[in-house]
Order: sequence, then structure tokens, then C-alpha cells
Amino acid sequence: MNLGDLPAGELRSRLTGAGLRLQTGPLVVSIRSPIPALHESLGRLYAQYPLAADNGFVDFEVEVGRPKGVRRWMRPQAVFEFDGHLPFKPLPADQAFPMLEWGLNWCISSHCHHYLMIHSAVVERHGGAMLLPAPPGSGKSTLCASLVHSGWRLLSDELALIDPRGGSVVPVPRPVSLKNASIAIMQQFAPGAVFSRVVHDTTKGNVAHMQPPANSLRRAGETAQPRWLVFPRYDAGASSRLEPLSRARALVQLIDNSFNFQVHGRAGFETLYRLVQGSACFSLNFRNLEEALELLDALAPAPGAELPLQ
Amino acid sequence: MSASRLRSLLLDALRDPPGVAQLVPAEWTRLVRDARKNDLLGRLASRIEEDGAWTRVPTAPAAHLASAQLLAGAQHTEVRREVQRLQRLFQPLGIPVVLLKGAAYVYAGLPAAQGRMFSDIDILVPRESLPTVEANLMLEGWATTHHSAYDQHYYRKWMHELPPLRHIRRGTVLDVHHAILPETARMQPDSAKLWEAVVPVPDCPGLYVLGELDMVLHSMTHLLSNEEFTHGLRDLSDIDLLLRHFGRDPAFWERLSARASELGLGRFLYYGLTQAQALPETPLPPEALARAAASRPPAPVAALMDVMWRYALSAGAANRGSLADSLLRFLLYLRAHWLRMPVWLLAGHIAVKAFVKEGGER
Repeated sequence: MNLGDLPAGELRSRLTGAGLRLQTGPLVVSIRSPIPALHESLGRLYAQYPLAADNGFVDFEVEVGRPKGVRRWMRPQAVFEFDGHLPFKPLPADQAFPMLEWGLNWCISSHCHHYLMIHSAVVERHGGAMLLPAPPGSGKSTLCASLVHSGWRLLSDELALIDPRGGSVVPVPRPVSLKNASIAIMQQFAPGAVFSRVVHDTTKGNVAHMQPPANSLRRAGETAQPRWLVFPRYDAGASSRLEPLSRARALVQLIDNSFNFQVHGRAGFETLYRLVQGSACFSLNFRNLEEALELLDALAPAPGAELPLQ
Repeated sequence: MSASRLRSLLLDALRDPPGVAQLVPAEWTRLVRDARKNDLLGRLASRIEEDGAWTRVPTAPAAHLASAQLLAGAQHTEVRREVQRLQRLFQPLGIPVVLLKGAAYVYAGLPAAQGRMFSDIDILVPRESLPTVEANLMLEGWATTHHSAYDQHYYRKWMHELPPLRHIRRGTVLDVHHAILPETARMQPDSAKLWEAVVPVPDCPGLYVLGELDMVLHSMTHLLSNEEFTHGLRDLSDIDLLLRHFGRDPAFWERLSARASELGLGRFLYYGLTQAQALPETPLPPEALARAAASRPPAPVAALMDVMWRYALSAGAANRGSLADSLLRFLLYLRAHWLRMPVWLLAGHIAVKAFVKEGGER
């Protein structure tokens, strides 16, 4: 049963009661919140997510609550609570939903060290995963959002979870985070997609989230082997180009974008080394999505066609 | 399910790892959460591994245990790197460095090192070397974390340690002690006696750990003179493992109580042993408890303290915000400071903390 199948009122009663249990990729999260703005965005963006069993194991129990004291009523705020701790400063209450998304990302990146984690979007086509590792502000999420509406499957817009044992990427498809100008660009690019309300004036500017395509959610249990490693950078002033990148440079950039490389020590180095060895590596500069998609689509022709070699 | 049941899930699993085979998924959720909250998930993973009980752990919680074990391993590597840097810095200057708590367990290869999670590194240096130590640490990139003039004054005048130092690039936190209790404390163990009993770390000239008796007493003193207990259960679990390890020698227990009397730490030993027996259920010879009971406070105080310790060392963040929680926390805060300084100093300190806005940037 999916979240969208819950009878009216049931979403709210779970969120304000024992917790709403969602399956997101390999993880089960339990969410509680009394804040209506969060209920609304969650109901819309997670409608196609499977609910997790009431008596199963829960990886992360989180709550986006109201702070004690006067900020409960005056210019109300939201606080993110995990394991009885408040890892972040309170935010204005209308940022409750983005706060939940950021908080869940934080839960994964600080506690799932059994994966080697890279700050990267991951999409898949014809069985091969494309990693798009990049720091914030490089256009990674926007590019990812347009790829998943152009025939690629979403594994993650933010976190590549690499299983060190086989080197495959484990999907955690979650709503894609869009900022500022990207919001209108994606609404135009994918008019049929579902978007959250735009939340203004966050630390990242204006923020909205986009629902992942249903197909990506249905296939959230299918891991994928990395085949392409593309380091993207949005640059409005230059022509779009996809250039081969040396494996040594790719490895260094991969390490720079990793969350927990140091936790894995030598084994982590070996995992990333194998990843780079097994992938075609590129840097991508793009001035618009159409040109970027054309360049990336050319990397992954339909099965049977000849794969471009680096 | 009540808070006490949650506690015992974690303590039961630490004491009897194969018993986790009986847990249902909802109990696994609570066990992992409780262990994570108390910084004991790495320890739990090591205990389960040691007892060959991995196969009894379902896949989902096993991932969290593996994650914590990897993190603990990486922290140990990091602690060793930092300690080696300290050794390279201070050995040429002829300043001996005694590793305390977690770093000592790692270097002494004790069972208490297994899966131990770190938030900082504690060291002890001779009081007279303190200015040299501080100056050299600053040159190496260690910066103070407490910037207000009052906090600096408070630490330097009354405390047994420098304000915690944080490395500007690596972010590691270092606590430099020159004694094991504050200058102003009601109990003041003679640091010279501790130094007489230190044990060199093999192949690491200039590095030492406390003698085994002092190591146990320091762990107890450190835990039980504190005003906050974020790592309380983790530290009590350390004490449990130290006692189980050293206690295999039957002569240990008598030497422990004799040393506690010599250092004036009998009361801490009494509380430490009773809480180790009550919570992690450390097996204690009856005569060890009987000897420690000589330092028991008057019965009503002992009963109140017992309630407070159980609460502080086990509830963690479970009932945060309730009236009882606030009251017990305030009592423990008062007690920690009461032990630490005379009343006139305490009154002034509490007034400053209550009414003066935090100065300086943090």
C-alpha cells in the first residue's frame, strides 16, 4: 500500500500519532510532525511511496516539531529531532518540509557508514548507473531532475550509496530538491510532474521539491553498477561540452565529494579505485539542459548499439 | 514500553550478546536507537562480534552495527594519529604525556577499547609544564573553544584542565588536564601519587597510561563528578569492562579499595561500584562492596544519590523536559559544582552563568 492510498485523515493521524512509516530505498523512516504545511507537502510528494509495516524495523525515527516557549506561537518555528537530539538550529515553521528533507539526508550521511557515500546525483539507463558528483551550486540536482524526465531512472539526487562489497549503487530515490531559478525551469521542462509549494528565503534561497517518477519508485529495490562518472558544472557563459577526464583526476574529485571516505580507510580507497576503473569518466560544462541531455544521452545508446569508448 | 525496559534492552544486549537472537523488530529499533543515543552502538557491535553472535542479527539492524563499528575503527585510527603527533611534539621537550580514558584504553589494548566511540582525547601533563604545553599546542594549530573572559578565568583559576582545545584544521577536541579533580574540589587526590604509578606505553617513549588502579578510579571520578551525562552510560560501560578485566586477579579488589583510600576517592569508588553492579551488572566480590561501603554517605543521602545516578546514567534523553528531569538535572549540576568548589565560589559562578550573557563568539 502506498501513502497516497491512505484514507482521508489517516496521514494526519499517523503523523501526529505513532509516526508515519515510509520505505525509501533500503531504509524505513518513521516521521512525526504536528505542522500542517509539512503534512501537505509530504502527502503530495510521497503519495507513491510504499508504507512500511507497523511491526517492522525502523532505521530512523524523526520528528519535525514545534519548539518550546514563545516561538511556538510568535513567528512559529520548526525543530528537527532525531534520537532525542536537535542537530540543527530551528527554522521558520513554513520551512518544515525542506527541513525534513535535509534532516533525512543528514541521518543517512552521518549514520549509514556501511555504504561509501558520495555527494552525487545518480541516474540509470540500460542497467548502467551514471554518477554526477558535485558540490552544491553546480546544477547537479536540476540536471538530475531533467534526466529523470528524459528516460533515465532516479537512484538519488543527492547521495550515491555505494555498497563496498560489490561496488553497486543502492537507490534511495527521494523528492528532488530544486533551488531558485531551477524551480521555474523544471516546471516548464516537466509540466506533468508534481512539485511542492515553493518555500521562500531559506538558507539555500527559494526551495521546492519535485516528485520522482513513479517508475523510479517502483524499481527502488534494483541496484545498478556504475558505468559513467560525470562531474557536472553549470556555466551560462560557455558552450556546453563533455570532455574525457583522466581516471586519476576523477578519483581525486570523487574523494573530494565523498562524505565518509576517511571512515573506510584503505578499503574505501580500493572501492573508489574500482569504481573509477570500471567507469568512463568525463567533465561536463553545460549552459542549458537541452545541450547537457543531448551530450549525456549519447553516452547511453539503446542496448545493441556500440558504446562510445573513452 | 517504559524507559526502564528500554535501558535494560541495551544493558542486556551488552551483557549477553547472544540474547539478541530473541528480539523482535520493534525491539531492534529501540536497541539500535538507544545504543546510538548513548554512543554505545560501536561497543554493542564489538560485543556481538566477540561472542560470534552476528548471524543472529537481522540484516537491517546489522547494517547499523556495521556502520558504527567502521566509525569506531576510523576514530581509533584518528586517535592514534593525534596521539603520535602529541608524542612527536612533547617527547623532544621532555614533557611526559599520560593518556586518559578512551585513548588510554586503546593504547593499553584493553577490552574497554573495543568499539569505543570518541568525542575528544584526554591527556594529563605535569602542572608545571602547562604553560609550555599550551604554547606548543597553539603553535601546532590547537585553539581554545571557550572565548569569554569569564570562562577562561573559570577554567584557569579553578579547574583541573585547560578549556577544551579544538584543532583548527582537523576539528579534533583535546582536553589537557593537570590533575584529575579541580583545584578547588573537596577531594583533592595528590597528583604526585598518580605520577609515581604511571605505566609507560611500550615502544612509545614519552607516553604513559595511569596505573590500573588509578585508571579505574579516574574513570569513576571523571564520570561521577561531572555535571552532564551525555556519555554517562558509555563511560559506565567502560568501567564495567575495566573491572571485569582487572578483576580477574583476585588481589585487584583489595588493592583498589586501598588505593581509593590513599587518594581520598573512597566515595567515588563506592558510587562507581554500586552503579556498575546495578546497571551493567558487573560481577563484584561481596567483600569489595563491603569495603567500599565504609565510604558510603549517610543513608538518606545514599538513597537520594542512588536515584539520581540511575536516572543520570540510564535515562539519557528519554524524559527530557519533564519536571522531574529538570529537577534531577539541576540537583546533579549543583552537586557537581558543590564538589568542585567552595560555596562562596559556587554562588558567584552560578550567578554569572544565570545572569551574564555568554560573551565572545563561540
